[in-house]
Amino acid sequence: MSGILFLEQTLNSLQFGLMLFLLAAGLTLVFGIMDMINLAHGSLYMIGAYLMATLAEATGSFWVALPLALVATALVGAALEVSLLRRLYERDHLTQVLATFAVILIANEVVRMIWGNQSLMLNPPAGLTGPVTLPGGMQYASYRLLIIGVGAAVAVCLYLLVTRTRMGMLVRAGASNREMAVAMGVNIRRLFTIVFALGAALCALAGAMLGPILAVQVGMGENILILAFVVIVIGGIGSIRGAFVGALLVGLVDTMGRALLPIAFAKLFSPPVASNLGPSVSSILIYVLMAAVLFLRPQGLFPARG
Amino acid sequence: MRILLVALVAAAFPWVMHALGQDFYTSFATRVLIYAMAAASLNLVLGYGGMVSFGHAAFFGAGAYIVAILAAEGITSLWIAWPVAVAGAALAALVIGAISLRTRGVYFIMITLAFAQMMYYVFISLKAYGGDDGLSLPGRSSTGLGVSLSNDFVWYYLVLALLALVLFLLHRLLHARFGRVIEAIRENETRATAIGYPVYRYQLLCFVISGAVAGLAGALIANQTSYAGPTLLHWVQSGTLMIMVILGGVGRFWGGPIGAAVLLVLEEVFSASPLLGPYALHWQLPVGLILLAVVLFAPQGLAGALAKRSQ
Amino acid sequence: MLSLKGLSKRFGGVVAVDRVTLEVRAGEVHGLIGPNGAGKTTLIHQVSGSLPADTGEILFEDRDITRLAAHQRVRGGLARSYQVTSLFRRFSVLDNLALAVQARSGSSFSFWRPVAAERALFDEARDIAARINLKRVDVPAASLSHGEQRALEVGLALATRPKLLLLDEPMAGMGPEESKRMIDLVRRVRETVTLLLVEHDMDAVFRLADRISVMVNGRLIATGAPEAIRRNDEVRKAYLGDELAA
Ligand SMILES: Nc1ncnc2c1ncn2[C@@H]1O[C@H](COP(=O)(O)OP(=O)(O)OP(=O)(O)O)[C@@H](O)[C@H]1O
Ligand SMILES: [Mg+2]
Repeated sequence: MSGILFLEQTLNSLQFGLMLFLLAAGLTLVFGIMDMINLAHGSLYMIGAYLMATLAEATGSFWVALPLALVATALVGAALEVSLLRRLYERDHLTQVLATFAVILIANEVVRMIWGNQSLMLNPPAGLTGPVTLPGGMQYASYRLLIIGVGAAVAVCLYLLVTRTRMGMLVRAGASNREMAVAMGVNIRRLFTIVFALGAALCALAGAMLGPILAVQVGMGENILILAFVVIVIGGIGSIRGAFVGALLVGLVDTMGRALLPIAFAKLFSPPVASNLGPSVSSILIYVLMAAVLFLRPQGLFPARG
Repeated sequence: MRILLVALVAAAFPWVMHALGQDFYTSFATRVLIYAMAAASLNLVLGYGGMVSFGHAAFFGAGAYIVAILAAEGITSLWIAWPVAVAGAALAALVIGAISLRTRGVYFIMITLAFAQMMYYVFISLKAYGGDDGLSLPGRSSTGLGVSLSNDFVWYYLVLALLALVLFLLHRLLHARFGRVIEAIRENETRATAIGYPVYRYQLLCFVISGAVAGLAGALIANQTSYAGPTLLHWVQSGTLMIMVILGGVGRFWGGPIGAAVLLVLEEVFSASPLLGPYALHWQLPVGLILLAVVLFAPQGLAGALAKRSQ
Repeated sequence: MLSLKGLSKRFGGVVAVDRVTLEVRAGEVHGLIGPNGAGKTTLIHQVSGSLPADTGEILFEDRDITRLAAHQRVRGGLARSYQVTSLFRRFSVLDNLALAVQARSGSSFSFWRPVAAERALFDEARDIAARINLKRVDVPAASLSHGEQRALEVGLALATRPKLLLLDEPMAGMGPEESKRMIDLVRRVRETVTLLLVEHDMDAVFRLADRISVMVNGRLIATGAPEAIRRNDEVRKAYLGDELAA
């Protein structure tokens, strides 16, 4: 295969992986600190995308709408935490799964009631609609480059936040040992709400950035939510570093699998076999990856808890 | 006593509906019975075994797809298709369980989910068997006995009999040595090992039995609707089965059947009721709210609440 | 009967068990003492098979069981109790014991015959309940008093009919009255079963044990008759040092 295609797919992998990281980061923190499975995380992503699309329409500007959508979604997230999720921390995982599953059903219907069944359009910011020419002569969509830039910047910020600040220290302490965090006199409830709001804002960012590429529609959060879970399970629940590595890994394996496997299969098998096998194998590749990781390391790549 | 009453109502149901000119409800009731079987199978691993499997749709869907694919290949005999569906689902459960049961807690939930997703994507990529659109069956399986299952009465009674048989066998199993061990492992896995039980083997077998029953339910649902589609394998389907179990009562014998009945009736009421007018489209909203209320305020489910009242 | 050869276990930077070599003779009560965090529980975990050994071997009745799964060791006659009570809390006392009896007698891959019809299981469970002095057998294990739960803890291990029983602090958290009963129970058990007894109650250990081993920081620093251990300088230093530091 050509080097150009390879480079393009690498950039696509990176873009996908970084967006997954935005989702997975919030999820893994909530998971790690509160020991809470939150299926409704995908709903926050959806809500963020809808808010973004609406605000962009209303304000006429991507860049004005973006911070508004982030704040609004963070508020929705905080409200959800205070009103419901907080009651679930002490319950078992089954209860958490079902309660947040109920939240998905409710959120989907509420979004449908407000915005209807049609998917919304979200345009990329002005000036970033066309391709740019990269060094080496390759053409690549400028908006996708922006996604990579934003994703990488947020990843760095998050890393600094978690490793360098007092809040980050508390978060890490909470993830590896909740009693200790409590013993240190942390206002755990407020910390939880803040972390949750932060996670919601990251969801909204992912939703807003991906909105122009994917459709903004009901149910958009569900499939990507599962991918985010795959990411944090591979990375090791509660570990930001694990989420980062896991996200890039999943992005890479998924994107490359879809691009390269059909080509490889076409060389190996007869056309009818290859055309059936290619898509099916590449679509399950990340799940195979996850099963393999868990088979070898049942706690994921970077276990946060001992 | 109560069970006789239930049996009586179930046996009389199609006749009553026929007399009322509401044959539609017989078909609806058959669907309830099939989901009751699927939910009961999930309750075995989830409620009794304490294994929170979030991928039960894999076995349900596999059973359905196997029947549909065999039919597409010209094999419509019940005597071949159904056993193959059950065996296929059991085999899938064996493979998935063997790997998943190495993990615990959240990891187990997620890995079972991941395997179900794998199945989902494998089946939608099988273009020869319908891909995204799923696969239609020419009709219900043939019995070779001169009885046609396309008669909804016959079909209802067959499903009812199978459900009764499955529930009876599950009841025996749960009160036999095996069932005691399964519950003991749920209560305290460490201790179960320390008194000499090979925990993994018991859990795996429980998982396989559950998968096999789900496969049978899947074979039935494919016959019921003459269709097997990807939604049967979707993770929302797994979630729906879990909802049924928790609505009915986790680890309660009648939990699965009661939950299936309640959820499907709720769906039917909220999605078709003329009372709700345009809001009937949004039936998932009340279902979500009810689920939330049950999870938060009645974690024992309806079977649990009933048991408490009769005490 | 049991011999450990160079057994080690490391948790990250902590060496919890450090090249322990130890011999438990058939018929004896072997006391294992040591300050908190010495590695006693970890050692029990390794012998019972719930933790793998990093290095070293475990021989039980001259058979190498180092790689044997925990449940197989139980079948071979090696049972244990837990320092932190570990019961089937929602099951009745009788069901707890019957489950342990069931594990030992015949296959439990049985799907048809109701357990309730198996008289023998429950008869034996009642016998054991009587041996450990539990009168209320139909109440959930969780509703027992602390002392009764500790007795059931030992009873569960006994129900597997062990040849060697590993008791991890059977008297943990007990008042003097309860301790006395436990000492009596251990006395009765030792008639038929070899014991490795981990205990902080020095009085009890010195009264019950035929020989005592002392563990400090993962190392075995002495093994011998109670009198010899009492006089051993190194042991006194370890314990006195402990007390001075406290
Ligand atoms: N799962 C584990 N992970 C990490 N460290 C552990 C683990 N289990 C035990 N340790 C450490 O190993 C050392 C020995 O612990 P162990 O519980 O075996 O001591 P012990 O002698 O039983 O103490 P006690 O008398 O308090 O019961 C301790 O430093 C403990 O912190
Ligand atoms: Mg200890």
